[in-house]
Amino acid sequence: MTSMLAAHRPTDWNFPLFVHVLGAMILVGGLLTGASILAFARGDTRSLRLGYWTLLAVALPGYIVMRIGAQWIYSREGWEQLDDDPTWIGIGFIVADIGALLVLIALIVGGIGVRRLTSGGGHGLLKAAMVIAWLVLAAALVAVWAMSGKPG
Amino acid sequence: MSFGDWILALHVLSAFALVASMVLFWVLVIATRTLTDVDARITYGRVGDLGGKVIGVGFFGTIVFGIWLAFLKDSYAIWDGWIVAAIILWVIGGYTGGRAGAEYQNILDRARELKSSGEPAQPGEFRSSSGELMLAISSLAILLILIDMIWKPGA
Repeated sequence: MTSMLAAHRPTDWNFPLFVHVLGAMILVGGLLTGASILAFARGDTRSLRLGYWTLLAVALPGYIVMRIGAQWIYSREGWEQLDDDPTWIGIGFIVADIGALLVLIALIVGGIGVRRLTSGGGHGLLKAAMVIAWLVLAAALVAVWAMSGKPG
Repeated sequence: MSFGDWILALHVLSAFALVASMVLFWVLVIATRTLTDVDARITYGRVGDLGGKVIGVGFFGTIVFGIWLAFLKDSYAIWDGWIVAAIILWVIGGYTGGRAGAEYQNILDRARELKSSGEPAQPGEFRSSSGELMLAISSLAILLILIDMIWKPGA
């Protein structure tokens, strides 16, 4: 898998890389699961709640772990000493920063939607949260491609 | 990007599909442990079907692109200890994951029977201890593959 991210990587880079990759995998899993449950819910309140809570309790912590790991490995590899980041790191930062904003919007919008479920509303807001989650998932997969293939 | 870079990217994307679907299955397993709502169980079953397709792509992609990389890169050989360990763990993860999938498919079939007969589900009816055990072993195997791939012991 990530074995080949760098053929001769110093061993003290391994743990930060592990944290980064594991967090990213949990993030992708949380987005896939939350968005899928919301997509298949068809108005079922229990499923809508589960989809939202998956985004909140799985995707968000995954994002935080991924971002901490990213900064850690970025620092450990010494990229901050360079004036310009390579393209693949730039793609990663753009996806992470815009993705964070979108995840927060999805959680706020979805949270309002979940609150409104008790009064029979909120379905449109949760659908919006689902669409945002799919978008972030697609962007995250582009970032995975960039991090592993290292274009540029 | 070189051809090898593309193979690597596809290998890593497959690994993400693998772990992402494991996350999906764990969410469903936890959500259905105390569930007695037959309709909700069937809905989660549809999500599980999607997860089944994603995990299939993940298992297939990791092994195919992984072995391809082992032959492509001069610095790696297929008989390297860490690669052999990964293949063994992949087999264990695939076998136990398949067993877990079969357990939960039986439960989903039971939920569909209950729906068609109009009977209610009993508490714990949608839970499978052996399915949870198999999924736990499969997840552990995949986590160990990730660790093996990053640390590459003996390389």
